Amino acid sequence: MAKAEFDVPELQEYVEVPELVEGTMAHLSPFVAKPDHNTALGFPGELVDDWHDKVLDKLDDLRSRYRSLQVYLDACVKCGACTDKCHYYLSTKDPKNMPVGRQDLLRKVYRRYNTFAGKYFPWLVGAKDLTRETLDEWYSYYHQCSQCRRCSVFCPYGIDTAEISMAAREILDSVGYGQKYCNEIIAKVHDKGNNLGLPGPAILDTLEGLEEDVFDETGVEVKYPLDVKGAEILLVTPSADFFAEPHVDGLIGYGKVFHEAGVSWTLSTTASEAGNFGMFIGSYENMRRVALRIRQAALELGVKRIVFGECGHAWRVAYSFLNTLAGPFDFLDPRYPVPQHICEFTYDLIQQGKLKFDKSANDDMTLTFHDSCNVARATRMGDKPGGQFDIPRAVIKAVCNNYVDMDHETIGEKTFCCGGGGGLLTDDLMEVRVKGALPRMTALQNVIKDEGVTHMAAICAICKSQFTKVLPYYGMDMDQIVSVHQLVSNAIILTGQKTDEDETDADDDA
Amino acid sequence: MSTVYALLFIVATVVLVVGLARKIVQYAKTPAPLKIPTTPAPVTQSGVVMRMFREVVFFESLFKSTKWTWIFGWLFHMALFVVLLRHLRYFMDPVWLPIQLIQPIGVYAGFAMLIGLAGLLARRIFVDRVRYISAPSDYLWLLVLLFIGISGLMMKFVAHTDIVMVKQFFTGLMGFSIGTLPIDLPLIIHLSLVLVLMILFPFSKLLHVPGIFFSPTRNQVDNPREKRHLADWAKAMEE
Ligand code: SF4
Ligand code: SF4
Repeated sequence: MAKAEFDVPELQEYVEVPELVEGTMAHLSPFVAKPDHNTALGFPGELVDDWHDKVLDKLDDLRSRYRSLQVYLDACVKCGACTDKCHYYLSTKDPKNMPVGRQDLLRKVYRRYNTFAGKYFPWLVGAKDLTRETLDEWYSYYHQCSQCRRCSVFCPYGIDTAEISMAAREILDSVGYGQKYCNEIIAKVHDKGNNLGLPGPAILDTLEGLEEDVFDETGVEVKYPLDVKGAEILLVTPSADFFAEPHVDGLIGYGKVFHEAGVSWTLSTTASEAGNFGMFIGSYENMRRVALRIRQAALELGVKRIVFGECGHAWRVAYSFLNTLAGPFDFLDPRYPVPQHICEFTYDLIQQGKLKFDKSANDDMTLTFHDSCNVARATRMGDKPGGQFDIPRAVIKAVCNNYVDMDHETIGEKTFCCGGGGGLLTDDLMEVRVKGALPRMTALQNVIKDEGVTHMAAICAICKSQFTKVLPYYGMDMDQIVSVHQLVSNAIILTGQKTDEDETDADDDA
Repeated sequence: MSTVYALLFIVATVVLVVGLARKIVQYAKTPAPLKIPTTPAPVTQSGVVMRMFREVVFFESLFKSTKWTWIFGWLFHMALFVVLLRHLRYFMDPVWLPIQLIQPIGVYAGFAMLIGLAGLLARRIFVDRVRYISAPSDYLWLLVLLFIGISGLMMKFVAHTDIVMVKQFFTGLMGFSIGTLPIDLPLIIHLSLVLVLMILFPFSKLLHVPGIFFSPTRNQVDNPREKRHLADWAKAMEE
């Protein structure tokens, strides 16, 4: 088990709703962004002197631009329905990690300065002055929200705390109080084209390595092309896919699927990142700038379709926002949705019977599937609502013999966050990441014990990285998290591939 | 006395209508620049209407969340709705048949409303999480509604009020003629609290009533790949 400077919760059979304990997470804040990283994103380098007025101005500005924010600040009736729905509350007991508690940090300032009752009777409606402490409290607790939207499923008015936390982060950024992890990464994307700052030659190197590996393993020349003009499909995938386990196994899988589909495809150096952290900091401008790279790459390469690799928030930005931010995509082939998810792509081929699998290749595993928040509650796959749950499962079941779902209260639209989404995937937030994983770890542990599950598949780079880090804290093994297309890759039989049977036949002949 | 109440009711009605209208205009005018329905979401407009209907009539999301809050909350709201319909008879002459027909149910609804409110109040007091998020106004609203209900039922079962006179007062007021109100304690309490409610409605959390219809997570069609969804201020960036 990994060592920790904080208490790792013990796994029980159920996650009980705890009695609240105030202030248990007040000490935790992420590192503050360096001035260069703030200015690269168009924000002041450091906390400005007149932050008080600037914060209130920005709040007014955002309220006038986002209906969600305005309505959600007004409409909450404090019914409490969301209070036990956040994984961070369940695991930290801190009432400011209850969705409504988190919203109230901003709401009490809104009420104080923008509503009649709050201006004249602040004590009556819980309105509070904006102080330096308020700002620090925002910084702390709005970075303990993974923007997973679980709360919005249960709120009778659909109040989405993610919208509030995005607004709060944008306000903080606008006065020069940005978070290091997110802003550094966005600066890298603007500069290098991906979150990890990988330069083009490094990507090329990796891809050539993959081609060799796949050839050695299968005897088939599967290509992993980069910046190929005139390819039919542009694949945009999280940069983690270029090197880390289990991500890269997913990338190998995409390549094999494209190969079997017989379509030409390419990656792009300038759009070598599906992720878009602009969403996490609530900045339309930055999100748009990051999204436009993809349009630019598609135009320059002259592709006909855009397909996204396995990444949760990236799929949200792609599915829900890309067309709005960077469209219209009328230069692409209108017969296909823009963009498509790699799972939709693979699923279609499976439906058409174009892929051959040896399911037994995955017989060493019994699998379950983790619905990633952004995919589950902010996007769709296929034509029907809920396709985002059915299609990845259909793909897994097509390539594996052993599959079980986790507790139904913890999957689908009610899925629990991995604990590391929304710009929290950084070591300085490890405590809240590990604790926040508790409900998911509990459900996983239960299927491991009761159903003999050995591995959990996911379609999100953040989930995969988070689980790799966090599983050991709960006494599980980091290799237990796998990519969906890693499973596809294991089972797919490429045309002309030497199989075990061939080898046995050959042995027989000899 | 009657004149004061007559004037107050006119003021309260104006505040309620204008206040709500201003809020609704604000919500309607504020752009929703991105598609953010909580998915799975309907892919057609009629699907959205159905989703909203289930939300408003059955409190679907609350039902998913916590059964106790749902039971009390739903009971209170539905009962309130019936009670309000029942009260229409004070504002019309002759009384429509449907309104006549629900009169007997209306009395039960009055009790159901109180049970719902009491349940919600108990939850607010005894569940530590709900207590933590409650401001004084959250309790006060429940008390205001409870006392409106109690005073109303008292007029029916304890100290009968001259209902005919009340009706004359209100139908008269609708033609801007000021009549007389019977001076009974329950009636005065009842009407005073209703006035408070009407005047504060547009400045309070009761804005959840129009709010829900404008909630983008509930009222948007899930079709972002098919349709661009560009706000004016976002369009300005493209130029
Ligand atoms: S969006 Fe997720 S992390 Fe944030 S408050 Fe809601 S449930 Fe918690
Ligand atoms: S469920 Fe919605 S209305 Fe109820 S307390 Fe939470 S945010 Fe407020």
